[in-house]
Amino acid sequence: MAETQINKGAVKRSGSFSLLSLFRRPEAGAAAGFILIFLFFGYFGVEKNFLTALGTSTWLNFASKVGIIAIPIAFLMIAGELDISIGAIIPAGGIVMALSVEHFGFNIWLGVLSSFAVAAAIGWVNGMLVTRTRVPSLIVTLATLFVVAGLNAYFSKQIAGTTQHSMPDAGVISEFLLGDYHSLVLGEGENAFTVFRSLQSSFFIWIAVAIGCFYVLHISPWGNWILAMGGDQDSARNAGIPTNKLKISLFMLSAMAAALVGMTEAVLANTASTTTQFGMIFNTIICVVVGGVLLTGGFGTVTGVVFGTLTFGIVFQGINFTAFDKDLNMLFIGALLLVAVLMNDTFRNLATSASTIKKK
Amino acid sequence: MSDKIPVLEMRAVDKSFGPIDVLHEISLKVNKGEVLCLLGDNGAGKSTLIKTLSGVHQPTRGEMLMDGKPVSFSKPKDAQEMGIATVHQFGGTYPLMSIGRNFFAGAEPTKGFGPFKIFDRQKANSIAVEQVQRFGITRITDGDRLVGGLSGGERQSLAIARAVYFGARVLILDEPTAALGVKQAAHVLRIVNEAKRRGLAVIFITHQVMHAMAVGDHFAVLIRGAIAADFHKGDKTREEIADLMAGGESMADLEANIEGYMEAHDGHVPDPVH
Repeated sequence: MAETQINKGAVKRSGSFSLLSLFRRPEAGAAAGFILIFLFFGYFGVEKNFLTALGTSTWLNFASKVGIIAIPIAFLMIAGELDISIGAIIPAGGIVMALSVEHFGFNIWLGVLSSFAVAAAIGWVNGMLVTRTRVPSLIVTLATLFVVAGLNAYFSKQIAGTTQHSMPDAGVISEFLLGDYHSLVLGEGENAFTVFRSLQSSFFIWIAVAIGCFYVLHISPWGNWILAMGGDQDSARNAGIPTNKLKISLFMLSAMAAALVGMTEAVLANTASTTTQFGMIFNTIICVVVGGVLLTGGFGTVTGVVFGTLTFGIVFQGINFTAFDKDLNMLFIGALLLVAVLMNDTFRNLATSASTIKKK
Repeated sequence: MSDKIPVLEMRAVDKSFGPIDVLHEISLKVNKGEVLCLLGDNGAGKSTLIKTLSGVHQPTRGEMLMDGKPVSFSKPKDAQEMGIATVHQFGGTYPLMSIGRNFFAGAEPTKGFGPFKIFDRQKANSIAVEQVQRFGITRITDGDRLVGGLSGGERQSLAIARAVYFGARVLILDEPTAALGVKQAAHVLRIVNEAKRRGLAVIFITHQVMHAMAVGDHFAVLIRGAIAADFHKGDKTREEIADLMAGGESMADLEANIEGYMEAHDGHVPDPVH
């Protein structure tokens, strides 16, 4: 039977590299968008120091905080869920650490641990509510957003009598790792070359988070589970993937990422406030969508989200470097989001257009 | 043939949901390397029967046997572990994942040590492509391609190849050729034949008599939850089977009606109704 013979010669050797396959990569769109935006602001912002090390740090520092949360949010979105409670978990992360250190006199690292523990507990509650009740995660996390925001204010006042906590300097190493400004200058005198200047610790944390998450989504087998869960949850469960456990872990991950951002802010500014960061909810979602993750789930890359966050950082901060009116900032972001969503839809249609039948 | 022990057998199985009886006294058996075609019109109870076989529902009365031993499945996982794989129209394939990742979803091959497991993409891709090609789909050569770009027939083939690779002994195919074009359907039928040749017991659910006749060894017609006819290949003609499925209403009568209409209207189709 000729037709059952294996077409060995035609089996493409995977791992081969070509320029065409590079352009076909799903994150190519997000990367191209980033380059365009960078050139645009580079051109219009060159006179106001957009391209200098300090100028670059301005938007990188901003992007890093959004980026740390955006990647775990991307995981959730790939898995078909959403988490907006992060808006209240960011301040919670800072407050828990500040209270632990200042009020209870804990060691800073114990403060960090308590903060992660509280965030993990909130994430666990989110995950349990979503998997058990099957209420859409948008609603569940909207509820926990307000619950946590309320608890932030209540416990702050009950324990310390204020909503603004001071966060004392707590050791050189913790400052260095969590909240400090870093510069690297090679050479001395006239030959000095600034590699980077005044980058916050959060930028380096972001890199670490991105590498760790890249491993999970694209290299480890768990990435397959996340993608499969977002693609078709019932089939994923039938294939033996523990969908509920996985979903709960993802909610815990996003909550802990939010708490981490809260801690870096608290250490950097030496204060922690209970103010809920509603803006971060939208910022993270914009970065994820610009990064090419499908809102409907089942598809996305870490590299794409990193490029999406970089693009968003430039658009958000870059306008200050140009002669454009600052009031146009939001308009830019809105347009960016719209273009990104349209590109995502086109991509999905291309990927599935060869199929003769649409899925029911 | 008859002295063989069937791989899967149902003996007088009833299934009712509360007061509503859906299946009555269903007795079926399927042997190794045999295709049992379950024919039935919409609403005949095919889906309930599949769900009972695959462990989603439990029979109200009667028993199920595998290799002659009574079995009961409390959840789909139990049936899967016994080697019963159900492939729905597009079930088990994720359009935006690569062929290799699809094939191994939930059972990924890994390399590396301890907690740092690495998804072995090359191994997954090469096994997936090889298994699918063994079923005659030579067009699939790149395991990195997204499944969404495959045709409906190829996706079916991928799902079937996957089930077979992971040790299925009984393959339940739920309307695999519905909504497929003629060529695509032929493709899926070839794969059913290949599965049979490899010694799997196949239960093929369809309402397309032509497709059933092409691969079936044994036929059972389901009408209102009961088996109305049970016969072997060559016992009945296509017209007789179609008549049976329509519940005794002769297909020939229907055809005569249509022809009569066409003659009376000079071959014109009826005016559209607004």
